[in-house]
Amino acid sequence: MSSDSKQSLNRREFFSYVTVGWVMFTAAVGGLLSLAFRFTYPNVNFEPEMEFVAGTPTDYAAGVDERWKNSYGVWMVKQEGQLVALSNICTHLGCIPNWLPAELKFKCPCHGSGYYMSGINFEGPTPRPLERFKVSLLPDGKIKVDKTKIYRWEKGEWDNPDSFLEV
Amino acid sequence: MSGKGIARKVRDTQVWKSVFRHGPPDNARNRAAVIAGNVFLHLHPIKLKKSGVQLGYTWCMGGLTFFIFLALTVTGLLLMFYYRPTAEYAFNDIIALREHVPLGIMREIHRWGAHAMVITVWLHMFRVFMTGSYKPPREFNWGVGVILLVLTLLLSFTGYLLPWDQLAIWAITVGSGMAKATPFMGNAGPGAMLAKIGDFVMVSDKNDVRFQLLGGRFVGEPALLRFYILHCVFIPLVVGVLIAVHFWRVRKDGGISAPL
Repeated sequence: MSSDSKQSLNRREFFSYVTVGWVMFTAAVGGLLSLAFRFTYPNVNFEPEMEFVAGTPTDYAAGVDERWKNSYGVWMVKQEGQLVALSNICTHLGCIPNWLPAELKFKCPCHGSGYYMSGINFEGPTPRPLERFKVSLLPDGKIKVDKTKIYRWEKGEWDNPDSFLEV
Repeated sequence: MSGKGIARKVRDTQVWKSVFRHGPPDNARNRAAVIAGNVFLHLHPIKLKKSGVQLGYTWCMGGLTFFIFLALTVTGLLLMFYYRPTAEYAFNDIIALREHVPLGIMREIHRWGAHAMVITVWLHMFRVFMTGSYKPPREFNWGVGVILLVLTLLLSFTGYLLPWDQLAIWAITVGSGMAKATPFMGNAGPGAMLAKIGDFVMVSDKNDVRFQLLGGRFVGEPALLRFYILHCVFIPLVVGVLIAVHFWRVRKDGGISAPL
């Protein structure tokens, strides 16, 4: 080959360089966009833990206990030989109902959904009962509430022994 | 010295010449050049068709929407001097904007303006639909307009959280719940159930699109900051670019409300 081919690009080489260039450019832009997307998900958040230890079963009197409502969003409800951890998120649109002790019901201030003490809905627009969280007994006899495991009445999951404690 | 003499002397100063590049336009061609060559005035066409200025035909709804957008930008900028988007200060600053600041209705102007803009955008769209102005070659601009409508509603939605009162927090709790139902990207949406390996849920409430919107699993301080930035910077920037494209296409597609 003559020395000319070393000094100048022919058409074929030029296009292969352009192709490599575009592939690298696209990869770089794609990588940066992915990083920007990932950037919007923080590694740490300062929300309450999804699992917590809620004392012993004897700490709770019969009825609704509101001690974990503000910190973890959970009502401990003891009745008919069962202790359950009830979610305080309204199953209609996600507001937080109030426990009305005089009327023995949960009442949501947003749109008026009402639930019995058991969590079963009976009035307002909500389509289904409140959700239960997993409760289990630790070796030292304390209750562990695990909010990552949810039990829904309408799916028949309230028969699951993980959804209540016998007391 | 006569008035004309003073005027000529002012026009001869270097300051005047540095601002105005040409002498006074004294013929039709130069008067047209003034409009076309001015960065602000060139947005408006030099010549309009008669139908373009008939109020009964356009209702001036697009123009009114743009005017309200500008008014919201100015009042919003003024509000930003006092408002701090943190859980500690936000609500107190909203009260302070009414009680501790002259012209305590500035926030109300912003709020009324926001309501008015949603109304004028709908009426503008209604007018464009009824006059058939979405038909080719204007179908692309209809698409741009639909995106602008969505962005207007998103501006309304993000602004709603900023007062940080009970109404705001629960309205955004309810509203952002819709993001849960996003196909594949929301934890309760269609397709999310498929992305499940045994007990391991790939799309959950801590990595779905709602988490990204709120910066958390529920409406808290990160959500306030995110909505503030979306409301004051991100969405207005996108809207500004799209408004420019929208106006440009009105001109390129045959002018405002002209029968083609």
